[in-house]
Amino acid sequence: MAYFLQQLINGVTLGSIYGLIAIGYTMVYGIIGMINFAHGEIYMIGAFVAIISFTILGAAGITWVPLALLLVLVVTMLFTALYGWTVERVAYRPLRGSQRLAALISAIGMSLALQNYVLLSQGAGVKAISPIIEGRFDVYEADNFLVTLSYIQIFIVILTVVLMAAFASLISGTSLGRAQRACEQDRTMATLLGIDVDRTISLTFVMGAALAAVAGVMVTLYYGVIDFFMGFIAGLKAFTAAVLGGIGSLPGAMLGGMLLGMVEAFWSGYFTVEYKDVAAFGILVLVLIFRPSGLLGRPEIEKV
Amino acid sequence: MTAVQALREGALAALVAVALAVPMLGLKLEHGVGGLSVHGRWEFLLLAAAIVGLGRGLMVCAGTSGIFEGLWRGRGGKAAAPGQTLWQRHWGYAALAALIAAIALPFMPFADRYVVDTATQVLIYVLLGWGLNIVVGLAGLLDLGYVAFYAVGAYSFALLGTEFGFGFWMCLPLAGVFAASFGILLGYPVLRLRGDYLAIVTLGFGEIVRVVLVNWVDFSGGPNGVTGVPRPTLFGLEFTKRVGDGTAFHDYFGIDYSGQYRIIFLYFIILGIALLTNFFVLRIRKLPLGRAWEALREDEIACRALGINPVNTKLSAFALGAMFGGFAGSFFATRSGFISPESFTFIESAIILAIVVLGGMGSQIGVVLAAAAIILLPEFLREFSEFRMLAFGSAMVLIMIWKPRGLLSRRQPTIRLAGREAPP
Amino acid sequence: MSVLLTVEHLTMRFGGLVAIDDLSFIAEPEQITAIIGPNGAGKTTVFNCLTGFYKPSVGRLALRGHGDETYLLERMDGFRSARAGIARTFQNIRLFPAMSVLENLVVAQHNALMRASAFSIAGLLGLPAYRAAEDEAIELARHWLERVGLVEHADRGASELPYGAQRRLEIARAMCTRPVLLCLDEPAAGLNPRESAELNQLLLNIRDEQQIGILLIEHDMNVVMGISDHIVVLDYGKLIADGDPATVRADPAVIRAYLGETEEGAA
Repeated sequence: MAYFLQQLINGVTLGSIYGLIAIGYTMVYGIIGMINFAHGEIYMIGAFVAIISFTILGAAGITWVPLALLLVLVVTMLFTALYGWTVERVAYRPLRGSQRLAALISAIGMSLALQNYVLLSQGAGVKAISPIIEGRFDVYEADNFLVTLSYIQIFIVILTVVLMAAFASLISGTSLGRAQRACEQDRTMATLLGIDVDRTISLTFVMGAALAAVAGVMVTLYYGVIDFFMGFIAGLKAFTAAVLGGIGSLPGAMLGGMLLGMVEAFWSGYFTVEYKDVAAFGILVLVLIFRPSGLLGRPEIEKV
Repeated sequence: MTAVQALREGALAALVAVALAVPMLGLKLEHGVGGLSVHGRWEFLLLAAAIVGLGRGLMVCAGTSGIFEGLWRGRGGKAAAPGQTLWQRHWGYAALAALIAAIALPFMPFADRYVVDTATQVLIYVLLGWGLNIVVGLAGLLDLGYVAFYAVGAYSFALLGTEFGFGFWMCLPLAGVFAASFGILLGYPVLRLRGDYLAIVTLGFGEIVRVVLVNWVDFSGGPNGVTGVPRPTLFGLEFTKRVGDGTAFHDYFGIDYSGQYRIIFLYFIILGIALLTNFFVLRIRKLPLGRAWEALREDEIACRALGINPVNTKLSAFALGAMFGGFAGSFFATRSGFISPESFTFIESAIILAIVVLGGMGSQIGVVLAAAAIILLPEFLREFSEFRMLAFGSAMVLIMIWKPRGLLSRRQPTIRLAGREAPP
Repeated sequence: MSVLLTVEHLTMRFGGLVAIDDLSFIAEPEQITAIIGPNGAGKTTVFNCLTGFYKPSVGRLALRGHGDETYLLERMDGFRSARAGIARTFQNIRLFPAMSVLENLVVAQHNALMRASAFSIAGLLGLPAYRAAEDEAIELARHWLERVGLVEHADRGASELPYGAQRRLEIARAMCTRPVLLCLDEPAAGLNPRESAELNQLLLNIRDEQQIGILLIEHDMNVVMGISDHIVVLDYGKLIADGDPATVRADPAVIRAYLGETEEGAA
């Protein structure tokens, strides 16, 4: 029971991180109908910027945690958002009218380029940082196993919930959100109605990147270890989460993220760690074969 | 006003480039004595600003004049068919020249072991490129996990040899069959999926195969891989210095032993298979199956309306592409006599995709050139070899923006009415 | 002469939306049946149900297809219904843009060629049986290219053709599948009056020479009234009139819903 609880806690934390990244995938897919392969790399860049910022702050003597956190979050979100914006402008916008295949290949090329850009500029080695938020609650003890809930885990989940709520209200309440939904449904009509589609799409990418940045900061805090390749696997899993929840649906992305996080935590906890990635991909394949619209998505009807 | 526009766009781009570069290029994380530290490398920022700014400025200038398009088209006389580029009018000669060069290569005075071995490596990638070309270029299915078939081919070849003692010529076709079957197995559930989803799922499959190979030690040897992979034989003649029961090649012909012979022999086998593959692909494009692949790529819904079964058609492309990937995997295994899961990562899939994309999807010669470039350039530009993947990734983006059908391809019809006599 | 296509109680629901509501009609062979009605009335949906792109919620769609067999189209997937003998064109032209005009027509004969080439194996080996089949296919393609006036463009890319020519190419391609029922979705859209008249002539010729049935969705009343033998009128998915052109033209319900007050109609 205690062990189960621990896996549950771990799963929810992991799930929050996946969910934040998944939202980026789902929003972009919803609005331009393609998978942003480079999104995983955006997340990875966020983690790098976070670690650099923490290091600089540490060297500059700013050690009061809440302030440091706030600064790092802001800085990371800014830089990562800029990367997200640039990726859209450079690799996707010129191909907006072209064949699907061309845009996909451009996305993959972008992903490769970003990975290697970071590899070359920062080196292949893993970067580690000493823990910033320490401390935890001892929640429950039974069967010789101590269930702990660390402060960082609480922080991650709470921040995720807050961001989700903010985003949900942004999408449904503001004119930007309305513009987004309009573009998702009928881009041509949206243009005719005077919506600046380019700007809306750019903003979508920027928002997705910002959320991925937050995930990057979390991961830096949670695991303390990052490398240039982490975006690849995380991206794949986050996309699985987005598909599981229903591509195009924001609550779906979060739900999918949670489910995936739990599956991964329980799989590693009760079966084997080596095959946990296989479990995640297995879910992807199963969902796409049997229920491609995901849990919360609407089935897409082909317009012939 | 282009100059002003170019200047402004250039400056803006430079600004963005600097902002982007600050965290990554401008600052470097170092693991020092006291833990992590950050160092400034502000020269890079200047470099980034200069390159990007200049580049963007030039792009704006060039965009308004048509120089690039003109250069590409070539100075075509009236003899050129409409829309043909310089390349397309003379490719027959280029192909013949390449073939002669390829056959003569091992006999050239400068051709030592290293040269022939590298040429073999190029041919392996050419095979992989042609195989993936069937799937991506002809049928339009974005397969990001092609490395899985490469791996299945390599491992079945190796394991059939080491576990069952089959020789080279037995293992090779069997490996192809295994890879093709794997292609059908993998393809069947997922080929209904739309482009993006198919891409991700195949990517996932590629990763699954790799993870399984690493972890299922009893079957695959795990990270240690498989050694003792069967080597090619010529009608039973082996290419080793001393042979157990059989006869050695050099003994039979009464010449001195040289490690070169095996390498050259393998090179010719691969060259032969590659030529067969080329023949096959060129033929099948003129046959209903090949046309169905291309039609499917163009418009699947129209294909269904014409009575073409999309699933079976896609499966055939997948399976055949997988088979060639399997052959390539076998050659890879036999070339070094040893394989391990490390060689079958997503990066390989990406490289093969880059070959197909850069060479021109659907273009056979394009794949050859791209494979040669991708293998040879890093050899010549050793200092820049670590920039290889960055260059590929960027090249893929640029090519898609500039010429979505690849550098060399402008499709020619596989069948013409002109020149056929009308019936009486 | 027995009926070519029987549509019985066809209903198509998308979630809560009823696109087609209990539609029944009959199409005779060697006749041109037009399906008309305001936009959104469900006309293309009917085509999609007939050609296997949608699975009808309710209904029986019986086609007297190849070999005089009766095929139940509601159970058939897209490509299978084509093999039964139904061919179609699309509202938004769906050609194979990277392929030449001739290739578009040869692809249409895919199934016949696959059979003749034993799934391409005979072709790989260069067997004469395949070459004969291929020559035959090219001749059929040439025949239809001549009929639609595109022979000189046979080796050009399909995307290079002007709009009207592309529409004609799509029809030629559909005819190359040797159908028993040809379904045309707004073939006259975007055509100028001269081209419309040529289209009329082409369709009449097809009806008379090929002795097949034609199902036509059209808004251009000159085309509809000019060549139809039978008109079916839909509004909001429901059948509101069914008969010959004169009857339908005078039907008050049709006039109210679609044609407008003047007899010529609002096309």
